[in-house]
Amino acid sequence: MTEIFGIPVAVILGQLMLGLVNGSFYAMLSLGLAVIFGLMGVVNFAHGAFYTLGAFAALLGLQWLGINYWAALVIAPLAVGLIGIVVERLFLRHLYKLDPLYGLLMTFGLALVFEGSLHQLFGASGQSYPVPGALQGAMNLGFMILPIYRAWVIVVSVAVCFSTWFIIERTSVGATLRAATENAPLLQAFGVNVPLLMVATYGGGVALAALAGVLSAPVIVVSPQMGSSLVIVVFAVVVIGGMGSILGAIISGLTLGVVEGFTKVIYPEASNIVVFVIMALVLILRPAGLFGRE
Amino acid sequence: MKFKTLAIGLVAAVAATASALAAGEDVVIGDIDDLSGTYADVAGTGAVEAMKMAIADFGGTVLGRKIVTLVADHQNKPDIGASKFREWADQNGLNLLLGGSNTGVSIAMAKVAAAKKIPFIAIGAGGASLTNEDCTAYTVHYVYDTTALANGTATTIVQGGGKSWFYLTADYAFGTQLQNAASKVVEANGGKTLGAVRVPLGASDFSSFLLQAQGSGAQVLGLANAGEDFSNSLKAANEFGITKKMKPAALLAFITNIHSLGLQTAQGLYLTTGFYWDLNEDTRAFSKRYFEKTGKEPTMDQGGYYSATLTYLKAVKAAGTTDADKVMAELKKTKINDMFAKGGYIRADGVMVHDMYVMQVKSPQESKYPWDYYKVLRVMKGEEAFGPITGLCPLAPK
Repeated sequence: MTEIFGIPVAVILGQLMLGLVNGSFYAMLSLGLAVIFGLMGVVNFAHGAFYTLGAFAALLGLQWLGINYWAALVIAPLAVGLIGIVVERLFLRHLYKLDPLYGLLMTFGLALVFEGSLHQLFGASGQSYPVPGALQGAMNLGFMILPIYRAWVIVVSVAVCFSTWFIIERTSVGATLRAATENAPLLQAFGVNVPLLMVATYGGGVALAALAGVLSAPVIVVSPQMGSSLVIVVFAVVVIGGMGSILGAIISGLTLGVVEGFTKVIYPEASNIVVFVIMALVLILRPAGLFGRE
Repeated sequence: MKFKTLAIGLVAAVAATASALAAGEDVVIGDIDDLSGTYADVAGTGAVEAMKMAIADFGGTVLGRKIVTLVADHQNKPDIGASKFREWADQNGLNLLLGGSNTGVSIAMAKVAAAKKIPFIAIGAGGASLTNEDCTAYTVHYVYDTTALANGTATTIVQGGGKSWFYLTADYAFGTQLQNAASKVVEANGGKTLGAVRVPLGASDFSSFLLQAQGSGAQVLGLANAGEDFSNSLKAANEFGITKKMKPAALLAFITNIHSLGLQTAQGLYLTTGFYWDLNEDTRAFSKRYFEKTGKEPTMDQGGYYSATLTYLKAVKAAGTTDADKVMAELKKTKINDMFAKGGYIRADGVMVHDMYVMQVKSPQESKYPWDYYKVLRVMKGEEAFGPITGLCPLAPK
């Protein structure tokens, strides 16, 4: 078998594929964070909790109301987005004028409350969400067996990431949003309802996290702590990509998924710190992040 | 304002003294466990319920003294567990401590038990070091340990033909202890270890590690992890079709894990347990009452809490005192016969030697009613499960 640096090519291709799957989750989560930070200046520590809520919404929807996976892909993000909107109206909007640290603390507190409540209601060991019928099974790629569901995750993630980027960077709605971050009072003077924009942005970012949660429900056990372990990595991804940079979040999300995948083969013990090592290096060499504007 | 604070302070101080005085008359049983983290479903509040059931079944009093309980969450932090234990020992007249899911926390609490001379029945922690290097005269290890788990699951699989193993090991003390115990058993039975990958605790995805396991060509996938890591790795192994080629072996799994994974995913899995709700009439009778209170069937830890509480209270009654040394002596000479253990006994090193059960998880077709998850492959005698005294504990020379 052909080898590169002593690693069989089949293994490399396999890990590349898996890295892309994991990277898709990172990309989608960091995208939402980047949107919220870039447009609102809020460091949304509750992002992991919204991701968890998305997965729980899908699970409970299935168990209590018989809502299937395909409907959950739409309904769960909408429902969780609504919670996000309530959070923004009740808490966050009071903090825009203050240092971003206050938003961070607020959302961190909320994350703990959400996680604790789910814990209290559903216990710690989590529950299984079945893979939808149409996406069951696996395909043989020659170098590895890829479950169809994982391939689906990549497709959805790329589509969602691209559309979000397109809306924000290439449409007039996006232009208005970006204008709001540059100079909100001026935009308001033009008759644009800036508070509405803010609430929609937060709701949208939160819905993205919830969508990632629904997508991951069939892959991992749905449990209250599923978000808290992921959110820190996702923050590192955003920092590496450049706080607030949408394209940066997407590209660094996918790339870091792949880097992490290779670390799992070369030196598995380091696989959960490699992202942070890269983050430290990026902060030293290019503090604004790879795609951030200085 | 100042006066008010002072007054409140005084009242609080008086109240504290009053409760400390009262504590001397009550028999105080404390439980320090993971009530909010990864292991909260395995023991947690369910275990508190089991402990209270035992006290109620005993009649609520012993030696004419009221039995009261204290409960705290150690949050998987050894310092919290140890300082809470010390506090209860100093201020609340604690007579017995139960608990300690998490080996690290249990080791810290065992040290306090020795210093304060208070019996500590460790339930939920796996590390066999609690009755070896870290043993004390006041520690009892009640439900299971890494030795028994390896002896059960690994022996059964190797003797059934699963000779070559690859381990997915949680990268911390418990994972390594478990993997070492298992590979010793595997090699002693003519099998071999083809490799292992050390997975960071709480990894978000296991597929990369599983592909490595598959690449090794081993027949058995040894899962030396626990809790959510265990559930997620088994789930991914199924998804990637690895369980079709490799036989998965759960070196530590609780019934709550199986419940959360579902039989479709968990079927065929081998595991070892110290208790199963559906073993016999006695376990079913207890579990039925437990289910009415909690809506779940008890795990081996929760069953163990019930039994341990009763065992302690019986020993206090027989000894006629709550004096720690006398109760420990009584505990170590009495056979334990209840719904949890038949003919169990506490060895000099602190191991509660009792039968363990090697189980296989049923397929969805085989399962006839809710929580009908296991079939018993083999009942392992206590001596076989927990092995001979190692001599590492000074209290129990070889």
